[in-house]
Amino acid sequence: MTASSLKVGVQLRLAAGDFQALLDALASRGYRVMGPTLEDGQMIYGEIGKVADLPVGWTAFQEGGSFRLEPRPDQAFFGFAVGQQSWKQFLWPPHQTLYQVQRQGAGFHVIPGAEAVPKFAFLGVRACELAAMAVQDQVFLQGPHVDPTYKARREQAFIVALNCGHQDPGVCFCASLGTGPRAAAGYDLALTEVLRGQEHFFVVEIGTMRGADLIRELPERIATPEEVDAAARVVAAVAGNMGRGLDTTDIKELFYANYEHPRWDEVAARCLNCGNCTMVCPTCFCHTLEDSLNLTGVAGERQRRLDSCFSVDFSYLHGGSIRTSPKSRYRQWLTHKLATWIDQFGCSGCVGCGRCITWCPVGIDLTEEVRAIRETAAGVRKE
Amino acid sequence: MTAKLPDPMLPTPFVVQKVKRETSDTYTLDLSRADGPTNFAFAPGQFNMLYAFGAGEVPISISGDPAVPKTLVHTVRDVGNVTRAICRLKRGEVLGVRGPFGVPWPVDRVAGEDVLIIAGGLGLAPLRPALYHLLQHRGEFGNIELIYGARTPKDLLYPKELERWRGRFDLRVHVTVDSAADDWRSNVGVVTKIIDRARFDPPSTVALICGPGVMMRFTVLELMSHGLTPEQIYVSMERNMKCGIGLCGHCQWGPYFVCKDGPVYRFDRIKDWFDRREV
Ligand SMILES: Cc1cc2nc3c(=O)[nH]c(=O)nc-3n(C[C@H](O)[C@H](O)[C@H](O)COP(=O)(O)OP(=O)(O)OC[C@H]3O[C@@H](n4cnc5c(N)ncnc54)[C@H](O)[C@@H]3O)c2cc1C
Ligand code: SF4
Ligand code: SF4
Ligand code: FES
Repeated sequence: MTASSLKVGVQLRLAAGDFQALLDALASRGYRVMGPTLEDGQMIYGEIGKVADLPVGWTAFQEGGSFRLEPRPDQAFFGFAVGQQSWKQFLWPPHQTLYQVQRQGAGFHVIPGAEAVPKFAFLGVRACELAAMAVQDQVFLQGPHVDPTYKARREQAFIVALNCGHQDPGVCFCASLGTGPRAAAGYDLALTEVLRGQEHFFVVEIGTMRGADLIRELPERIATPEEVDAAARVVAAVAGNMGRGLDTTDIKELFYANYEHPRWDEVAARCLNCGNCTMVCPTCFCHTLEDSLNLTGVAGERQRRLDSCFSVDFSYLHGGSIRTSPKSRYRQWLTHKLATWIDQFGCSGCVGCGRCITWCPVGIDLTEEVRAIRETAAGVRKE
Repeated sequence: MTAKLPDPMLPTPFVVQKVKRETSDTYTLDLSRADGPTNFAFAPGQFNMLYAFGAGEVPISISGDPAVPKTLVHTVRDVGNVTRAICRLKRGEVLGVRGPFGVPWPVDRVAGEDVLIIAGGLGLAPLRPALYHLLQHRGEFGNIELIYGARTPKDLLYPKELERWRGRFDLRVHVTVDSAADDWRSNVGVVTKIIDRARFDPPSTVALICGPGVMMRFTVLELMSHGLTPEQIYVSMERNMKCGIGLCGHCQWGPYFVCKDGPVYRFDRIKDWFDRREV
């Protein structure tokens, strides 16, 4: 294919049988290709060397508190939505040594942590996950202080997005937030998987020149209008079949005005304060810093690790924590996601991926909580 | 390719030059930089993250004189692990410093006003740099009234300096304690009770308040009853802080990150959150 025909926005057809060539092209450029894979009956993000590493022929049914893997009738590569893990674990490692310290006379010497930046290619990044990266960009790159680990990893990462084609998006609500199911921006290449009869192919859209350069080597051709249309229909079907929805009209005002709504007590009675929701959420960024000394007391280190606002210690001040009640911690989490985040970063902290619903051991569903508050908000505050 | 650590996350070593015991559990440390440029510029009301070797790192206000940037001064109360390690440091020992961070008192924007400095307990530490600044630029301001409350006479910070300030004709000092023995000649009672004694013209006054939550709450109410508007009142908030630079999320208070858009807030901007509990 001529170089000039491969521009941003061009859509190509890649046969499923040629998919390995995409993996090889990424690997030959030094990328560690990470994507969905099955391990011990779980769907995780791991190393993808060959097509068979993908969960080919598997699907996942998700509901509040449940994630069930099942075989599919076809050989789809990406026939599921998202699993427990998100890409944030690669862009912002949940454990990191910031520096080491060594005693030196009356003082000490600080040795800054330095780590090689892995060159990742993320394969099968859903629209909601692209949106989550854009949210974390706001947090880690747009404030007065930039997080260098995140920045370096983010800049290097090659992103192969996936326009969602999952027929059973049970816990998803990206469509209601405008974050999916179609990947709008922020990718090098975007795939749509099309299966019809014996035909199995991908429509690949070029998102960047880096993407165009890579795809030039592949055995693909320009997609026909009919193929492009078939891909669009796959995504449209998902959008029309979302399991959930979230009405975000004046949501910040709703939360600010309902700080003492009785629903908080009600949800607190169910919530275990386990913090799972914060761990699986692709935008949650809160972390802590911890110090340790070796046994001899001459050397130590300072680490940072992912933290959760559900722990009592999170808001600890000398004399006691600020958020002592479980209710206040659930309220902090949800209010942050959906309301205060808007004031802090100019966007919502929720992208509608549904993880916090699936991985909540008691199946608490934030869309349901918002609905409950919305429905009774007026009745509660008749002013 | 390797990722370099953000400089604001790396502590700079400072050497302890002097340790002064203020009260039974509170110490003032004079520090100077171990190497590199000697000046540490800051604005009154800002804080540093102080790192005690192996023990941890905590937010501590700068309590020294902004016009003497060669010496970094902190006043620390021993309340736990890290503050204890800091209070036990001896002359010549080293402490890690990150900062200065946070939004300062608006001392350079209140020329012409009467200024009320209202401190409870350790709250005098972050207000002392503001007072130094006001006194150095004395001509620019109206009345300056220091209103300070502590638990007992023994808990008063900077007692010698308080005496010197009392002796000045261009500053009025009002001190009160919650309880005292008979030989105490000054006020007994909470800070809000002695606000009456201060001289100020409500329409052209600003109040800078730092102290425990309850004290600030009642002080704000008292000032409003004297006719001050929320725009004339500034408070310094306290939250758990780990990073100090707006990344770790610990200091969140509703829509705010106290480390980066605080700790000092103009009251009208935060009044919707100030009285909410467990935020
Ligand atoms: C902006 C700001 C300015 C401050 N200025 C001063 C000052 O000038 N002098 C002074 O003595 N103290 C000051 N403090 C309070 C001081 O930070 C705490 O007393 C200190 O963190 C307690 O830590 P610790 O390990 O000794 O105590 P512990 O009770 O053992 O605390 C354990 C951990 O909890 C956290 N923590 C506990 N209390 C606080 C707290 N009040 N604020 C933030 N994190 C806390 C810390 O991460 C600490 O490591 C200030 C706090 C803030 C937020
Ligand atoms: S709050 Fe829940 S649905 Fe929203 S982005 Fe986080 S995990 Fe996904
Ligand atoms: S909402 Fe669910 S996942 Fe989140 S802390 Fe509560 S029980 Fe755990
Ligand atoms: S202390 Fe980390 S965000 Fe404020």
